[in-house]
Amino acid sequence: METNTQPNTLSSIASKREVKTAGTQAMGVGLEARGIHAWFGQKHALANVSMDFWPGTVTALIGPSGCGKSTFLRTLNRMHEFIPGAAMAGEVLLNGEDIYAPGTDVTKIRLKVGMVFQKPNPFPSMTIAENVLAGLKLAQLKTANKDELLEECLERAGLWSEVKDRLNTHGGALSGGQQQRLCIARALAVRPQVLLMDEPCSALDPGSTLKIEETISHLSSSVTIVIVTHNMQQAARVSDYTAFFLSDGGPGQMIEAGSTNEIFARPKDQRTENYVTGRFG
Amino acid sequence: MSTNTLTPAAPAPAKPTKPWEASISDRIKTAAIFLGSALFTVGLVAVTPLKGKLAYAIVFFIAFVVIDYIYNVVKGGRAAGADSLFRGFVTAAVCLAITPIVSILLTVWVRGHKGVHWTLFTKDMHSNAFQDPANQGGLLHAIIGTFLLVLFAMIISVPIGVLTAIYITEIKGRFTRPIQFLVQAMSGVPSIVAGLFILASIVYPLTKTLNGFEGSLALAILMIPTVARTSQEVLLLIPQDLREAGVALGGTQWRTVIMIVLPAARSGLITAMILGVARVAGETAPILLLAGGNNSVNWNMFHGPMGSLPNYIWQSFGTGTPDSVTRAWAGLLVLLAIVLILFGLARTLGNRKVGK
Repeated sequence: METNTQPNTLSSIASKREVKTAGTQAMGVGLEARGIHAWFGQKHALANVSMDFWPGTVTALIGPSGCGKSTFLRTLNRMHEFIPGAAMAGEVLLNGEDIYAPGTDVTKIRLKVGMVFQKPNPFPSMTIAENVLAGLKLAQLKTANKDELLEECLERAGLWSEVKDRLNTHGGALSGGQQQRLCIARALAVRPQVLLMDEPCSALDPGSTLKIEETISHLSSSVTIVIVTHNMQQAARVSDYTAFFLSDGGPGQMIEAGSTNEIFARPKDQRTENYVTGRFG
Repeated sequence: MSTNTLTPAAPAPAKPTKPWEASISDRIKTAAIFLGSALFTVGLVAVTPLKGKLAYAIVFFIAFVVIDYIYNVVKGGRAAGADSLFRGFVTAAVCLAITPIVSILLTVWVRGHKGVHWTLFTKDMHSNAFQDPANQGGLLHAIIGTFLLVLFAMIISVPIGVLTAIYITEIKGRFTRPIQFLVQAMSGVPSIVAGLFILASIVYPLTKTLNGFEGSLALAILMIPTVARTSQEVLLLIPQDLREAGVALGGTQWRTVIMIVLPAARSGLITAMILGVARVAGETAPILLLAGGNNSVNWNMFHGPMGSLPNYIWQSFGTGTPDSVTRAWAGLLVLLAIVLILFGLARTLGNRKVGK
């Protein structure tokens, strides 16, 4: 029964969103992936993905497990190379410059393209305040007013009112959802242009998920967001654009990308339709 | 009694119980089996030519296992019997394993506590001979010597050991495997080999004299593998997520290790350090070779021989009079107490959760 009602629900959720187009030039040209391939050892995990991420929009990457969407996400801020045996091909252009070009300072790339992980991972040895400002210390950045930045980042992550009285306690005492918003605040503190989120809600309960989604909506006006999610309703709720990834046993491919509204209401590809209507996956 | 009645019975006041635990009658039965086997043992040893503690222990073990097995087979079938048999053997293995440890501790306490008195910690042996009554003189020089030797060994080996562990777990360079192999092999190096190595490479060609620092060098060689292996295990427990989070925030690998990985592993690294200290605190052979012995307090690590607890114990036993042997046992007790306190400290610090 659910499979019959779901497409209507998803497309109606998606259609409630205003179609957002590119933000202002002041936010940068954005992020473009050109012909991305990825390998783990001999295994070809991802083949020929090209996508544009418009400034100030939220793009959701959906697809079944093992389709390469997380791998693709990790190529966008050069976290892919962290895995032993990893290799890649293609170009990722940030403001028109290839982040894989020889001589590129990879730490600068990761400052501009931040990341939030699947499991909340606040630094256990640091307090809440220290966690938020950890990026500044790690990258040895200077800031005029730390307290102001701290409040601003926690406010943007929707956590300020919950933790403002215990900034100097350890982050481990927070709930899972609060920890994840702390990680978002931490990522925001270095003022990234793009924020990558790798299934940020998969370890959280529905209430916390809702809060994170609200946070994403607030952030999307100032940061370009790319989010990997297994939850299609979440993709329909938070994203402006959606890309569907699939692997037919070989390397993962991007099957279809478009505005979220279209992908859920009028997918062009049969496989996309099967997936978003819940007929498989 | 109807089960689907609409008016629920008044709730009985809840009392916490543990229905899965052995009942009193079960315990009485176990005690009876235990007593029965004990009686059987006494009887059997009395009427047969079997003699001695060992005979008691073996006969009692066999009797207990057999009686318990029969009881359980009768009560619960063959599976329950096999279970009791297995439990009997496991218990026996545990008893065998802890007997020597308990025996050592008891012996050292029984023989050593007579020789322990306050002046042990305030006086040295420069005006006393080892055969003097045990309440004269003390082992201040030995405690200070061991403390200095271990402190210097720690200063040398902890940075090297931790950096080695960082190379193996964080940098994962081309030499990771050979280094890991070497570290494992080195933890089996006999201590006399470490002593001879320093003797041959430093004392004979260079200094030509014995001092405490050379002893510390040998101890450091023994300590590095312990510190490196324990630190490596601790660092491997730090989730990969934290490293990725540090790098994703624009940190270099070096700053991520210093700011995030090491602080997260802090208590474990302290444990690694203490385990290394406990490993070398009682080492005797390299100390005898390199630090020599000294009956007075010597604070200078780079000049003159250095007393130490192992050396004190060795000398006292060597003297061989009743008083000197009492001294030796008292020294052993102090050394053992220091090592046990260090292990206890390591466990407490190691169990402490990070961030509390």
